[in-house]
Amino acid sequence: METVTIKMKNVPALYLEADNVSPDIFAGKTATQIADLHVYEGNTTGKLGDYFEVSGNAAATAADTKIVVKGDVTRVKYIGMKMSAGEIVVEGSADQYVGAWMTGGKITVNGNVQAFAATAMRGGELVIEGNAGNYLGAAYRGDWRGMSKGTIHVKGNAGSDIGMYMTGGEMVIDGNVDVHVATHAEGGRVVIKGNAKSKVGGQMVDGNIFIFGTIDIMMPGFKYVDTVEQEVAGVKAKFAHFIGDIGERHKTKKGQVVYGNLYTRV
Amino acid sequence: MSEYIIKNGHVFDPVQGIKGDKKDISIKDGKIVDKVSSSAKVIDARDKTVMAGAVEIHAHIAGPKVNLGRIYRPEDKLFSCTPTHGMERMGGGASIPTTFKTGYEYAKMGYTTAMEAAMPPLFSRHVHEEIRDTPIIDEGAFPVFGNNWFVMEYLKNGEVENTAAYIAWLLRATKGYAVKVVNPGGTEAWHWGLNCLSVNDPVPYFDITPAEIIKGLIEANEYLGLPHSMHIHPNNLGNPGNYTTTLDTLKIAQGMQPKNKFGREQVMHLTHTQFHSYGGDSWGNFESKAKEVMDYINKNKNITVDTGNVTLDETTTMTADGPFEHHLTGLNHLKWANVDVELETAAGVVPYIYSPNISVCAIQWAIGLELALYAKDPMRCFITTDHPNAGPFTRYPRVIKWLMSKKARETQINAFKHKDKVLSQTGIGAMDREISLYEIAAMTRAGPARSLGLTAICGGLKPGMDADVVVYNLNPEKPVGNPDQIETAFSRAAHVFKSGVEVVKDGEIVSSGNKRTLWVNAKVNDNPQVMRDITEKFLKYYSVTQNNYEALGHTFVPNPYALDVDATT
Repeated sequence: METVTIKMKNVPALYLEADNVSPDIFAGKTATQIADLHVYEGNTTGKLGDYFEVSGNAAATAADTKIVVKGDVTRVKYIGMKMSAGEIVVEGSADQYVGAWMTGGKITVNGNVQAFAATAMRGGELVIEGNAGNYLGAAYRGDWRGMSKGTIHVKGNAGSDIGMYMTGGEMVIDGNVDVHVATHAEGGRVVIKGNAKSKVGGQMVDGNIFIFGTIDIMMPGFKYVDTVEQEVAGVKAKFAHFIGDIGERHKTKKGQVVYGNLYTRV
Repeated sequence: MSEYIIKNGHVFDPVQGIKGDKKDISIKDGKIVDKVSSSAKVIDARDKTVMAGAVEIHAHIAGPKVNLGRIYRPEDKLFSCTPTHGMERMGGGASIPTTFKTGYEYAKMGYTTAMEAAMPPLFSRHVHEEIRDTPIIDEGAFPVFGNNWFVMEYLKNGEVENTAAYIAWLLRATKGYAVKVVNPGGTEAWHWGLNCLSVNDPVPYFDITPAEIIKGLIEANEYLGLPHSMHIHPNNLGNPGNYTTTLDTLKIAQGMQPKNKFGREQVMHLTHTQFHSYGGDSWGNFESKAKEVMDYINKNKNITVDTGNVTLDETTTMTADGPFEHHLTGLNHLKWANVDVELETAAGVVPYIYSPNISVCAIQWAIGLELALYAKDPMRCFITTDHPNAGPFTRYPRVIKWLMSKKARETQINAFKHKDKVLSQTGIGAMDREISLYEIAAMTRAGPARSLGLTAICGGLKPGMDADVVVYNLNPEKPVGNPDQIETAFSRAAHVFKSGVEVVKDGEIVSSGNKRTLWVNAKVNDNPQVMRDITEKFLKYYSVTQNNYEALGHTFVPNPYALDVDATT
């Protein structure tokens, strides 16, 4: 595996759209060629090398390319967008859309990420050591196709509207989350080890949500069915099992009506 | 204006019966001429295909319904935006492009005229604002009449002359081009939570049937002698077994004769025929009735049609057929928007994915192609995708590829997940016909121009016509190895002239042209009754005053081209 290191040298005045920072784009390029890739700052197009110091050449394929992002990238968007393989490590915190539309590979962010991380993710792994913003693993604005595959692990807290329109894959949040969890979900698995506020599973028609802590206000569209013992994210515990959102349409599978499942630890 | 001579190209022009002969086309002062001076700029078209600018007869490209789609589908713009470059302003959108992108994309494919297929009269100002902001192409808009209170009240009493006077007034007020009918009576029934699924279902309250509305509007259209015929999206769109409703609709035109000075030969234009040629009684036994529908059309010369080809893309459906869109959202569970337009019409919008892995979508794809392949007279069957309903207009080159190459069709059929179902439910597998370039020129240029009554200005390369000329990078003398070459050639023209101005060169926009808005100015006898009815309806029912209704020339139609019609007696 070859490592390319990009280190912020000129922090942009506006936000930087750096959708070229991906092993797929870097693959087969030298440090000089990588520095020549375009980035957008507002309505001006610049070069990656105008903002970052680039060192190291990429491997021939994305799978063999690792990108290490150093320095202050809190104003940099789209890191790892659409990546399909390889690895990215962000040593600090990043702005929005980290790993958006990613289909494979691994991204680790040692700090926090802002909203829309892993938008419509279709595969791969995203690990956030700090906190995640709103709309984690959600669908793009207006779209109905959220995260469908892959895994997300947030070691801190997450914002609101996570897993909106999720159709598959798994996200685990070690901390607490804000309102609206897995709204409109049609599959997938959301595990929240801390507390949730309200509107958990609103309009969901399929999928599973596990809450280890508390929910301030339950949705009225969820119905208690039974209490089950399950091992979830390495923890074996008893959960109260609710189905919903009963106000929504639900498909049937082998004669059985399919519901979304909400489990809260008892 | 400058002079051009397009030399040594293979010219295809059904207007003059030129079938690929090497011929020079001369342009002077915006018109095609017999010859030009020696100072004319020479365009070398050796080993290339030359045609007139293409004419779009039916697309949803301007107005509130299109804009509603743009507003509620931000995801349609995702990854489809192009920044400002060269002459081009920024644009975006895949199935519902911005106005600028719409103009550029049409021009790059060699289209120089396009018709917005459904203008809600109440929102004609919005339609014209968008037309004004769509560069290069000449555009007209068809106001919808099939669910209009005036029309239904007059026709219930058989008052064709009053209907005609109302149409003339409305075309002038809205700067409209033709009489469009969408799900006659059914959209008004939708205001009552109902629909009209056959031509004999009565409209609630108005107590008139779709058949009476259709017949009356054809009569009024011919009374006025409008350039285009009554243009219909019939009842029962998109349902299995609906081909009988389609045939019932077509039969209403039986024995009716066109009356106009524009060379138009039909009294009815049936649009997006693909959506109306379905057999079976459920999605399980859904099948093609393209042959039955096209057989009827082949035999009846007073009808023209367009295909409405499914292009197998993710797109945005939008129609004044309000009840249909509600039905569709129930089928695909995607977001639905609905608009009511007071005394006139309604509209709905729902995203749709024509997936090659779904048998119904694959069968729809086959039906659209079957229609064009069964058509005996390419001057009466035109290529459309009912943009954006069956697919975006930017896919025309691909539809042309499928029509021109059996090999390309076979490649697609083999890629379908339910290939066997496509072959058993349609006749596409057995169809060997490959449409020629000459027929393509009829289906996309001369035919639609004649159907629209525009033979004097576009659709051909006869001296005296507007110099709308396209040069494609396609050598008709060389066999096409890979059918994708056809798609590539039609996607980006080598040269496009619009009214004598070079607007596209090597597939890039080089001028914003001299875009015009086409509309029809019909003169009728003074009709105090209709004028009084209009005043009264505005006072009583409309949410706007009559003064705020009209699409005034100087603001909304800055560069008009009016076709005059005199129906006074």
